[in-house]
Amino acid sequence: MMCQQCHLREANVHYKQIINGKKVEMHLCSQCAEEKGKLTFSPQLSLGSLLWGFGFGSDTDYPGIGKQPVLRCSMCGMSFDDFRRSGKLGCPNCYRVFRDNLEPILRRLHGGSEHTGKVPARLADEIKTTNEIERLKAELASAVENEQYEKAAELRDRIRELENSGKSGGV
Amino acid sequence: MKQNDMHSAPDMDVAISSRVRLARNLEAYPFSTRMTRAQGAEILEKVKKVMFSDKNAGFSDEFMYFGMNSMKPLDRQLLVEKHLISPEFAEGRTDRAAIISKDERVSILVNEEDHLRLQCIYPGMQLEEAWRRCDDIETRLDEKLGFAFDEISGYLTCCPTNSGTGIRASVMLHLPALSMTGYIKGILETCSKIGVAVRGAYGENSEASGNMFQISNQVTLGQTEEEIVAGISNITSQISNQERMLRDELYKQNPHRFEDRIYRSLGLLQNARIMSSEESLKLLSDVRLGVIAGLINSIDLKKINDLMLMIRPAYLQKLAGTELGPDERDQRRAELLRKSLSAGSLN
Repeated sequence: MMCQQCHLREANVHYKQIINGKKVEMHLCSQCAEEKGKLTFSPQLSLGSLLWGFGFGSDTDYPGIGKQPVLRCSMCGMSFDDFRRSGKLGCPNCYRVFRDNLEPILRRLHGGSEHTGKVPARLADEIKTTNEIERLKAELASAVENEQYEKAAELRDRIRELENSGKSGGV
Repeated sequence: MKQNDMHSAPDMDVAISSRVRLARNLEAYPFSTRMTRAQGAEILEKVKKVMFSDKNAGFSDEFMYFGMNSMKPLDRQLLVEKHLISPEFAEGRTDRAAIISKDERVSILVNEEDHLRLQCIYPGMQLEEAWRRCDDIETRLDEKLGFAFDEISGYLTCCPTNSGTGIRASVMLHLPALSMTGYIKGILETCSKIGVAVRGAYGENSEASGNMFQISNQVTLGQTEEEIVAGISNITSQISNQERMLRDELYKQNPHRFEDRIYRSLGLLQNARIMSSEESLKLLSDVRLGVIAGLINSIDLKKINDLMLMIRPAYLQKLAGTELGPDERDQRRAELLRKSLSAGSLN
Protein backbone atom coordinates (compact mmCIF):
# COMPACT_ATOMS: atom_id res chain seq x y z
CA MET A 1 0.00 0.00 0.00
CA MET A 2 1.21 3.51 -0.79
CA CYS A 3 1.44 6.20 1.86
CA GLN A 4 -1.90 8.02 2.09
CA GLN A 5 -0.18 11.31 2.74
CA CYS A 6 2.55 11.64 0.08
CA HIS A 7 1.39 8.86 -2.29
CA LEU A 8 5.08 8.39 -3.14
CA ARG A 9 6.53 5.92 -0.69
CA GLU A 10 5.43 2.53 0.62
CA ALA A 11 3.31 2.82 3.77
CA ASN A 12 4.88 1.06 6.72
CA VAL A 13 3.27 2.83 9.68
CA HIS A 14 -0.29 2.42 10.83
CA TYR A 15 -0.96 5.89 12.16
CA LYS A 16 -3.76 6.56 14.63
CA GLN A 17 -4.64 9.98 15.88
CA ILE A 18 -7.43 11.08 18.19
CA ILE A 19 -8.67 14.57 17.55
CA ASN A 20 -11.26 15.75 20.05
CA GLY A 21 -12.38 12.20 20.66
CA LYS A 22 -12.58 11.26 16.96
CA LYS A 23 -10.23 8.56 15.80
CA VAL A 24 -8.45 9.10 12.51
CA GLU A 25 -6.52 6.18 11.01
CA MET A 26 -4.03 6.38 8.17
CA HIS A 27 -1.41 4.26 6.50
CA LEU A 28 1.74 6.33 6.19
CA CYS A 29 5.39 6.01 5.31
CA SER A 30 7.81 6.63 8.16
CA GLN A 31 8.73 10.13 6.94
CA CYS A 32 5.14 11.33 6.81
CA ALA A 33 4.35 9.65 10.12
CA GLU A 34 7.19 11.56 11.72
CA GLU A 35 5.87 14.80 10.22
CA LYS A 36 2.44 14.00 11.61
CA GLY A 37 3.92 13.33 14.99
CA LYS A 38 5.15 16.92 15.17
CA LEU A 39 1.55 18.05 15.18
CA THR A 40 1.42 17.47 18.92
CA PHE A 41 2.11 21.20 19.23
CA SER A 42 -1.36 21.88 17.94
CA PRO A 43 -3.62 22.78 20.86
CA GLN A 44 -6.55 21.02 19.19
CA LEU A 45 -4.91 17.73 19.86
CA SER A 46 -4.08 18.24 23.47
CA LEU A 47 -7.57 17.83 24.88
CA GLY A 48 -8.23 14.60 23.04
CA SER A 49 -4.91 13.08 23.93
CA LEU A 50 -5.05 14.29 27.53
CA LEU A 51 -8.56 13.03 28.09
CA TRP A 52 -7.89 9.68 26.52
CA GLY A 53 -4.45 9.40 27.96
CA PHE A 54 -5.53 9.91 31.54
CA GLY A 55 -7.84 6.97 31.88
CA PHE A 56 -10.98 8.32 30.35
CA GLY A 57 -11.20 5.14 28.35
CA SER A 58 -10.75 4.16 24.75
CA ASP A 59 -13.62 3.40 22.43
CA THR A 60 -13.28 -0.31 23.16
CA ASP A 61 -13.54 -0.31 26.95
CA TYR A 62 -16.14 2.39 26.98
CA PRO A 63 -18.44 1.99 29.99
CA GLY A 64 -21.90 0.94 28.76
CA ILE A 65 -24.75 3.32 29.38
CA GLY A 66 -26.70 0.63 31.22
CA LYS A 67 -23.85 -0.20 33.59
CA GLN A 68 -23.87 3.06 35.52
CA PRO A 69 -26.47 5.71 36.23
CA VAL A 70 -26.37 8.39 33.55
CA LEU A 71 -26.03 11.92 34.79
CA ARG A 72 -27.66 14.39 32.43
CA CYS A 73 -27.62 18.17 32.31
CA SER A 74 -31.13 19.39 33.09
CA MET A 75 -30.78 22.35 30.74
CA CYS A 76 -29.40 20.88 27.51
CA GLY A 77 -29.83 17.14 28.06
CA MET A 78 -26.17 16.34 27.58
CA SER A 79 -24.72 13.31 29.40
CA PHE A 80 -21.14 13.02 30.57
CA ASP A 81 -20.69 10.24 28.02
CA ASP A 82 -21.53 12.73 25.27
CA PHE A 83 -18.81 14.97 26.61
CA ARG A 84 -16.34 12.09 26.65
CA ARG A 85 -17.09 11.46 23.02
CA SER A 86 -16.95 15.02 21.74
CA GLY A 87 -14.73 16.83 24.22
CA LYS A 88 -17.25 19.68 24.17
CA LEU A 89 -19.81 20.66 26.77
CA GLY A 90 -23.42 21.44 25.94
CA CYS A 91 -24.24 24.58 27.91
CA PRO A 92 -23.07 26.69 30.86
CA ASN A 93 -25.11 24.54 33.23
CA CYS A 94 -23.06 21.43 32.28
CA TYR A 95 -20.17 22.88 34.27
CA ARG A 96 -22.33 22.81 37.41
CA VAL A 97 -23.94 19.40 36.78
CA PHE A 98 -20.67 17.64 35.94
CA ARG A 99 -18.48 19.61 38.31
CA ASP A 100 -17.11 16.56 40.14
CA ASN A 101 -16.31 14.71 36.90
CA LEU A 102 -14.83 17.78 35.25
CA GLU A 103 -12.64 18.83 38.15
CA PRO A 104 -9.84 16.27 37.55
CA ILE A 105 -9.96 16.99 33.80
CA LEU A 106 -9.65 20.73 34.33
CA ARG A 107 -6.80 20.10 36.72
CA ARG A 108 -5.02 17.97 34.12
CA LEU A 109 -5.59 20.53 31.39
CA HIS A 110 -4.74 23.67 33.30
CA GLY A 111 -2.76 22.64 36.34
CA GLY A 112 -5.26 24.49 38.50
CA SER A 113 -9.01 24.11 38.60
CA GLU A 114 -10.14 27.38 40.13
CA HIS A 115 -10.61 30.64 38.30
CA THR A 116 -8.57 33.55 39.62
CA GLY A 117 -8.95 36.02 36.78
CA LYS A 118 -11.47 38.61 35.65
CA VAL A 119 -14.88 38.67 37.29
CA PRO A 120 -17.94 40.28 35.66
CA ALA A 121 -18.52 43.74 37.15
CA ARG A 122 -22.10 42.78 38.05
CA LEU A 123 -20.78 39.99 40.32
CA ALA A 124 -17.58 41.56 41.54
CA ASP A 125 -18.93 42.97 44.85
CA GLU A 126 -20.85 39.82 45.65
CA ILE A 127 -17.82 37.62 45.07
CA LYS A 128 -15.56 39.91 47.05
CA THR A 129 -17.99 39.72 49.98
CA THR A 130 -18.20 35.94 49.78
CA ASN A 131 -14.42 35.67 49.77
CA GLU A 132 -14.15 38.05 52.70
CA ILE A 133 -16.69 35.99 54.68
CA GLU A 134 -14.72 32.83 53.93
CA ARG A 135 -11.55 34.48 55.13
CA LEU A 136 -13.15 35.77 58.34
CA LYS A 137 -14.67 32.36 59.10
CA ALA A 138 -11.24 30.77 58.91
CA GLU A 139 -9.90 33.48 61.20
CA LEU A 140 -12.79 32.91 63.61
CA ALA A 141 -12.07 29.18 63.78
CA SER A 142 -8.45 29.79 64.66
CA ALA A 143 -9.43 32.46 67.22
CA VAL A 144 -11.77 29.97 68.94
CA GLU A 145 -9.09 27.32 68.89
CA ASN A 146 -6.64 29.72 70.51
CA GLU A 147 -9.27 30.75 73.08
CA GLN A 148 -9.24 34.39 71.90
CA TYR A 149 -12.91 34.81 72.68
CA GLU A 150 -13.02 38.59 72.51
CA LYS A 151 -11.52 38.54 69.01
CA ALA A 152 -13.87 35.70 68.05
CA ALA A 153 -16.90 37.73 69.07
CA GLU A 154 -15.72 40.66 66.99
CA LEU A 155 -15.18 38.41 64.00
CA ARG A 156 -18.60 36.80 64.41
CA ASP A 157 -20.27 40.23 64.40
CA ARG A 158 -18.35 41.26 61.30
CA ILE A 159 -19.37 38.04 59.48
CA ARG A 160 -23.04 38.61 60.39
CA GLU A 161 -22.82 42.16 59.18
CA LEU A 162 -21.40 41.06 55.81
CA GLU A 163 -23.93 38.25 55.42
CA ASN A 164 -26.81 40.65 56.03
CA SER A 165 -25.44 43.32 53.71
CA GLY A 166 -25.32 40.71 50.97
CA LYS A 167 -29.01 39.91 51.44
CA SER A 168 -30.27 43.49 51.51
CA GLY A 169 -27.84 44.85 48.95
CA GLY A 170 -28.35 42.10 46.39
CA VAL A 171 -30.42 42.99 43.35
CA MET B 1 25.16 44.52 12.46
CA LYS B 2 23.64 47.86 11.60
CA GLN B 3 20.00 48.12 12.60
CA ASN B 4 17.60 49.71 10.18
CA ASP B 5 14.98 52.10 11.58
CA MET B 6 12.16 49.95 12.84
CA HIS B 7 8.63 50.34 11.67
CA SER B 8 6.44 52.25 14.17
CA ALA B 9 5.33 49.24 16.29
CA PRO B 10 7.59 47.92 19.07
CA ASP B 11 9.98 45.02 18.37
CA MET B 12 8.98 44.78 14.72
CA ASP B 13 12.36 43.26 13.93
CA VAL B 14 11.11 39.96 15.36
CA ALA B 15 7.47 40.36 16.39
CA ILE B 16 4.95 40.61 13.55
CA SER B 17 1.75 40.90 15.55
CA SER B 18 0.22 40.38 18.99
CA ARG B 19 -3.20 38.91 19.44
CA VAL B 20 -5.55 38.40 22.37
CA ARG B 21 -8.73 36.39 22.04
CA LEU B 22 -11.49 35.95 24.62
CA ALA B 23 -14.12 33.18 24.47
CA ARG B 24 -17.53 34.07 25.91
CA ASN B 25 -21.02 32.58 26.01
CA LEU B 26 -24.45 33.87 26.91
CA GLU B 27 -25.81 32.32 30.08
CA ALA B 28 -29.31 31.39 28.90
CA TYR B 29 -28.39 29.43 25.75
CA PRO B 30 -26.80 26.08 24.95
CA PHE B 31 -23.30 26.33 23.45
CA SER B 32 -23.07 26.70 19.67
CA THR B 33 -22.56 22.96 19.11
CA ARG B 34 -25.94 22.18 20.68
CA MET B 35 -28.10 25.16 19.91
CA THR B 36 -30.79 25.41 17.25
CA ARG B 37 -30.53 27.78 14.29
CA ALA B 38 -33.31 29.86 15.87
CA GLN B 39 -31.31 30.24 19.09
CA GLY B 40 -28.24 31.14 17.06
CA ALA B 41 -30.21 33.81 15.22
CA GLU B 42 -31.50 35.17 18.55
CA ILE B 43 -27.97 35.50 19.92
CA LEU B 44 -26.86 37.20 16.73
CA GLU B 45 -29.72 39.71 17.02
CA LYS B 46 -28.80 40.50 20.62
CA VAL B 47 -25.15 41.08 19.80
CA LYS B 48 -26.03 43.18 16.76
CA LYS B 49 -28.30 45.34 18.85
CA VAL B 50 -25.58 46.04 21.43
CA MET B 51 -22.96 46.73 18.77
CA PHE B 52 -25.00 48.87 16.40
CA SER B 53 -28.10 50.34 18.03
CA ASP B 54 -27.54 50.55 21.78
CA LYS B 55 -26.30 54.10 22.35
CA ASN B 56 -25.23 53.32 25.96
CA ALA B 57 -22.80 50.64 24.87
CA GLY B 58 -21.10 53.24 22.71
CA PHE B 59 -19.87 51.05 19.83
CA SER B 60 -21.99 51.92 16.79
CA ASP B 61 -19.77 53.83 14.36
CA GLU B 62 -16.57 51.96 15.22
CA PHE B 63 -17.65 48.59 13.74
CA MET B 64 -18.76 46.94 10.50
CA TYR B 65 -21.01 43.91 10.12
CA PHE B 66 -20.21 40.87 7.96
CA GLY B 67 -22.93 38.21 7.81
CA MET B 68 -21.26 34.97 6.73
CA ASN B 69 -24.26 33.77 4.73
CA SER B 70 -24.38 36.89 2.57
CA MET B 71 -20.65 36.94 1.78
CA LYS B 72 -18.95 35.40 -1.24
CA PRO B 73 -16.54 32.55 -0.40
CA LEU B 74 -13.61 34.62 -1.70
CA ASP B 75 -14.43 37.55 0.61
CA ARG B 76 -14.71 35.19 3.56
CA GLN B 77 -11.34 33.67 2.62
CA LEU B 78 -9.87 37.15 2.59
CA LEU B 79 -10.93 37.69 6.20
CA VAL B 80 -9.28 34.36 7.06
CA GLU B 81 -6.02 35.46 5.43
CA LYS B 82 -6.13 38.69 7.41
CA HIS B 83 -6.46 36.54 10.55
CA LEU B 84 -9.76 38.25 11.33
CA ILE B 85 -11.83 35.05 11.26
CA SER B 86 -10.88 31.38 11.57
CA PRO B 87 -11.03 28.99 8.60
CA GLU B 88 -13.80 26.96 10.30
CA PHE B 89 -15.82 30.10 10.84
CA ALA B 90 -15.77 30.94 7.13
CA GLU B 91 -18.14 28.04 6.35
CA GLY B 92 -21.29 29.99 5.68
CA ARG B 93 -23.86 29.27 8.37
CA THR B 94 -26.86 31.56 8.46
CA ASP B 95 -26.43 32.44 12.12
CA ARG B 96 -22.77 33.41 11.93
CA ALA B 97 -21.37 36.89 11.61
CA ALA B 98 -18.15 38.77 12.13
CA ILE B 99 -18.24 42.28 13.55
CA ILE B 100 -14.99 44.00 12.69
CA SER B 101 -13.67 47.40 13.74
CA LYS B 102 -12.81 49.88 11.00
CA ASP B 103 -9.13 49.78 11.90
CA GLU B 104 -9.33 45.94 11.58
CA ARG B 105 -7.77 45.55 15.00
CA VAL B 106 -10.87 44.16 16.69
CA SER B 107 -13.07 41.35 15.48
CA ILE B 108 -16.03 39.77 17.22
CA LEU B 109 -17.12 36.41 15.86
CA VAL B 110 -20.68 35.44 16.71
CA ASN B 111 -21.63 31.74 16.92
CA GLU B 112 -18.25 30.18 16.40
CA GLU B 113 -17.43 27.33 18.80
CA ASP B 114 -18.41 29.81 21.52
CA HIS B 115 -21.19 32.35 21.15
CA LEU B 116 -18.65 35.13 21.08
CA ARG B 117 -14.99 35.17 20.20
CA LEU B 118 -13.59 38.62 20.76
CA GLN B 119 -10.17 39.24 19.27
CA CYS B 120 -7.77 42.18 19.20
CA ILE B 121 -4.72 42.13 16.99
CA TYR B 122 -1.95 44.74 17.17
CA PRO B 123 1.20 45.09 15.12
CA GLY B 124 4.54 44.23 16.73
CA MET B 125 4.93 43.31 20.37
CA GLN B 126 1.86 44.88 21.99
CA LEU B 127 0.20 42.04 23.84
CA GLU B 128 -0.73 44.15 26.85
CA GLU B 129 -2.33 46.81 24.64
CA ALA B 130 -4.31 44.10 22.85
CA TRP B 131 -5.45 42.67 26.19
CA ARG B 132 -6.50 46.09 27.52
CA ARG B 133 -8.64 46.75 24.46
CA CYS B 134 -10.23 43.28 24.69
CA ASP B 135 -10.85 43.79 28.39
CA ASP B 136 -12.61 47.10 27.82
CA ILE B 137 -14.84 45.83 25.02
CA GLU B 138 -15.66 42.66 26.95
CA THR B 139 -16.71 44.66 30.02
CA ARG B 140 -19.08 46.78 27.93
CA LEU B 141 -20.54 43.69 26.20
CA ASP B 142 -20.97 41.82 29.46
CA GLU B 143 -23.07 44.65 30.92
CA LYS B 144 -25.57 44.18 28.12
CA LEU B 145 -25.36 40.46 27.38
CA GLY B 146 -24.47 38.78 30.69
CA PHE B 147 -21.79 36.19 29.96
CA ALA B 148 -21.94 32.72 31.52
CA PHE B 149 -19.68 32.79 34.57
CA ASP B 150 -19.09 30.58 37.53
CA GLU B 151 -17.01 31.49 40.56
CA ILE B 152 -14.99 28.28 40.40
CA SER B 153 -14.72 27.57 36.67
CA GLY B 154 -14.67 31.22 35.58
CA TYR B 155 -16.05 32.04 32.14
CA LEU B 156 -17.77 28.93 30.81
CA THR B 157 -16.79 27.78 27.34
CA CYS B 158 -17.87 25.00 25.02
CA CYS B 159 -14.49 23.31 25.24
CA PRO B 160 -13.01 22.97 28.74
CA THR B 161 -9.57 23.83 27.34
CA ASN B 162 -10.76 27.46 27.19
CA SER B 163 -12.70 27.78 30.43
CA GLY B 164 -11.64 30.14 33.22
CA THR B 165 -10.29 33.27 31.62
CA GLY B 166 -11.19 32.14 28.08
CA ILE B 167 -8.06 33.94 26.97
CA ARG B 168 -5.65 33.01 24.21
CA ALA B 169 -2.71 35.40 24.05
CA SER B 170 -0.41 34.91 21.09
CA VAL B 171 2.46 36.61 19.36
CA MET B 172 3.59 35.92 15.82
CA LEU B 173 7.37 35.87 15.57
CA HIS B 174 9.70 35.91 12.59
CA LEU B 175 12.52 33.52 13.52
CA PRO B 176 14.76 32.97 10.48
CA ALA B 177 18.03 32.61 12.39
CA LEU B 178 16.64 30.16 14.95
CA SER B 179 15.05 28.10 12.15
CA MET B 180 18.11 28.17 9.89
CA THR B 181 20.37 26.91 12.63
CA GLY B 182 17.91 24.34 13.97
CA TYR B 183 17.92 25.86 17.47
CA ILE B 184 14.18 26.35 17.10
CA LYS B 185 13.63 22.65 17.91
CA GLY B 186 14.94 23.04 21.44
CA ILE B 187 12.79 26.09 21.97
CA LEU B 188 9.71 24.28 20.73
CA GLU B 189 10.35 21.42 23.14
CA THR B 190 10.91 23.70 26.11
CA CYS B 191 7.78 25.68 25.34
CA SER B 192 5.62 22.59 25.11
CA LYS B 193 6.83 21.52 28.56
CA ILE B 194 5.65 24.74 30.18
CA GLY B 195 2.23 24.82 28.58
CA VAL B 196 3.09 27.22 25.80
CA ALA B 197 2.11 26.28 22.24
CA VAL B 198 4.31 27.07 19.25
CA ARG B 199 2.91 26.63 15.78
CA GLY B 200 3.87 27.56 12.26
CA ALA B 201 1.85 30.66 11.59
CA TYR B 202 1.35 30.25 7.87
CA GLY B 203 1.39 27.10 5.82
CA GLU B 204 -0.87 24.11 5.66
CA ASN B 205 0.82 21.79 8.11
CA SER B 206 3.09 21.98 11.12
CA GLU B 207 5.96 23.38 9.05
CA ALA B 208 6.33 27.11 9.45
CA SER B 209 6.30 28.85 6.08
CA GLY B 210 8.43 31.95 5.92
CA ASN B 211 9.86 31.15 9.37
CA MET B 212 6.78 32.57 11.07
CA PHE B 213 5.84 31.06 14.42
CA GLN B 214 2.94 31.68 16.71
CA ILE B 215 3.57 31.49 20.44
CA SER B 216 0.49 31.16 22.64
CA ASN B 217 -0.74 30.05 26.06
CA GLN B 218 -2.46 26.70 26.54
CA VAL B 219 -3.58 27.16 30.13
CA THR B 220 -6.62 29.38 30.68
CA LEU B 221 -7.73 28.44 34.19
CA GLY B 222 -5.98 29.11 37.50
CA GLN B 223 -3.99 32.13 36.33
CA THR B 224 -5.19 35.70 35.88
CA GLU B 225 -5.36 37.28 32.43
CA GLU B 226 -2.52 39.61 33.41
CA GLU B 227 -0.34 36.69 34.48
CA ILE B 228 -0.99 34.88 31.19
CA VAL B 229 -0.31 37.99 29.10
CA ALA B 230 2.86 38.75 31.06
CA GLY B 231 3.99 35.12 30.74
CA ILE B 232 3.63 35.06 26.96
CA SER B 233 5.20 38.53 26.66
CA ASN B 234 8.13 37.37 28.71
CA ILE B 235 8.66 34.13 26.77
CA THR B 236 8.38 35.86 23.41
CA SER B 237 10.83 38.56 24.42
CA GLN B 238 13.31 35.89 25.52
CA ILE B 239 12.91 34.06 22.22
CA SER B 240 13.23 37.39 20.37
CA ASN B 241 16.49 38.13 22.15
CA GLN B 242 17.88 34.72 21.23
CA GLU B 243 16.88 35.33 17.64
CA ARG B 244 18.60 38.75 17.59
CA MET B 245 21.82 37.38 19.07
CA LEU B 246 21.83 34.54 16.59
CA ARG B 247 21.24 36.89 13.62
CA ASP B 248 24.27 38.93 14.71
CA GLU B 249 26.30 35.79 15.18
CA LEU B 250 25.40 34.41 11.75
CA TYR B 251 26.38 37.68 10.13
CA LYS B 252 29.68 37.91 11.99
CA GLN B 253 30.60 34.30 11.22
CA ASN B 254 30.28 34.72 7.50
CA PRO B 255 29.11 38.12 6.24
CA HIS B 256 29.47 37.14 2.58
CA ARG B 257 27.33 34.09 2.91
CA PHE B 258 24.72 36.04 4.89
CA GLU B 259 24.61 38.83 2.31
CA ASP B 260 24.63 36.39 -0.58
CA ARG B 261 21.57 34.59 0.72
CA ILE B 262 19.66 37.81 1.17
CA TYR B 263 20.54 39.39 -2.18
CA ARG B 264 19.94 36.08 -3.96
CA SER B 265 16.42 35.96 -2.51
CA LEU B 266 15.80 39.58 -3.43
CA GLY B 267 17.04 38.86 -6.94
CA LEU B 268 14.59 35.98 -7.32
CA LEU B 269 11.70 38.08 -6.07
CA GLN B 270 12.64 40.90 -8.46
CA ASN B 271 12.95 38.68 -11.50
CA ALA B 272 10.99 35.44 -11.26
CA ARG B 273 7.97 34.91 -13.53
CA ILE B 274 6.32 32.11 -11.57
CA MET B 275 6.19 32.11 -7.78
CA SER B 276 4.36 29.77 -5.35
CA SER B 277 3.22 31.14 -1.98
CA GLU B 278 5.52 28.76 -0.17
CA GLU B 279 8.58 29.98 -2.09
CA SER B 280 7.64 33.64 -1.84
CA LEU B 281 7.18 33.40 1.92
CA LYS B 282 10.62 31.82 2.20
CA LEU B 283 12.24 34.50 0.04
CA LEU B 284 10.38 37.34 1.76
CA SER B 285 11.66 35.97 5.06
CA ASP B 286 15.23 36.41 3.81
CA VAL B 287 14.55 39.90 2.48
CA ARG B 288 12.91 40.87 5.75
CA LEU B 289 16.05 39.76 7.55
CA GLY B 290 18.11 41.84 5.11
CA VAL B 291 16.01 44.93 5.76
CA ILE B 292 16.38 44.56 9.52
CA ALA B 293 20.11 43.93 9.22
CA GLY B 294 20.40 47.22 7.34
CA LEU B 295 21.60 45.54 4.14
CA ILE B 296 18.53 46.58 2.17
CA ASN B 297 17.57 50.18 2.79
CA SER B 298 15.15 50.77 -0.04
CA ILE B 299 12.37 48.55 1.30
CA ASP B 300 10.55 49.09 4.58
CA LEU B 301 9.26 46.40 6.90
CA LYS B 302 5.68 47.42 6.39
CA LYS B 303 5.96 46.66 2.70
CA ILE B 304 7.27 43.17 3.44
CA ASN B 305 4.54 42.53 6.01
CA ASP B 306 1.91 43.74 3.54
CA LEU B 307 3.32 41.54 0.79
CA MET B 308 3.14 38.46 3.03
CA LEU B 309 -0.60 39.02 3.12
CA MET B 310 -1.03 40.16 -0.48
CA ILE B 311 0.56 37.05 -2.00
CA ARG B 312 -2.01 34.75 -0.39
CA PRO B 313 -4.60 33.21 -2.73
CA ALA B 314 -7.76 35.13 -1.77
CA TYR B 315 -5.96 38.45 -1.60
CA LEU B 316 -4.42 37.94 -5.04
CA GLN B 317 -7.81 37.12 -6.51
CA LYS B 318 -9.33 40.14 -4.82
CA LEU B 319 -6.61 42.34 -6.35
CA ALA B 320 -7.20 40.76 -9.76
CA GLY B 321 -10.94 41.22 -9.39
CA THR B 322 -11.55 37.70 -10.64
CA GLU B 323 -11.08 34.07 -9.66
CA LEU B 324 -7.71 32.63 -10.62
CA GLY B 325 -6.47 29.07 -11.07
CA PRO B 326 -3.28 27.94 -9.30
CA ASP B 327 -1.04 28.59 -12.34
CA GLU B 328 -2.49 32.03 -12.92
CA ARG B 329 -2.04 32.82 -9.24
CA ASP B 330 1.62 31.86 -9.37
CA GLN B 331 2.11 34.20 -12.33
CA ARG B 332 0.16 37.05 -10.76
CA ARG B 333 2.07 36.57 -7.54
CA ALA B 334 5.41 36.77 -9.32
CA GLU B 335 4.21 39.90 -11.13
CA LEU B 336 3.04 41.56 -7.93
CA LEU B 337 6.32 40.81 -6.16
CA ARG B 338 8.36 41.97 -9.14
CA LYS B 339 6.49 45.26 -9.36
CA SER B 340 6.58 45.93 -5.61
CA LEU B 341 10.25 45.09 -5.16
CA SER B 342 11.87 45.96 -8.48
CA ALA B 343 14.66 48.50 -8.26
CA GLY B 344 12.64 51.03 -10.27
CA SER B 345 9.63 50.94 -7.95
CA LEU B 346 11.69 51.48 -4.81
CA ASN B 347 12.25 54.97 -3.54
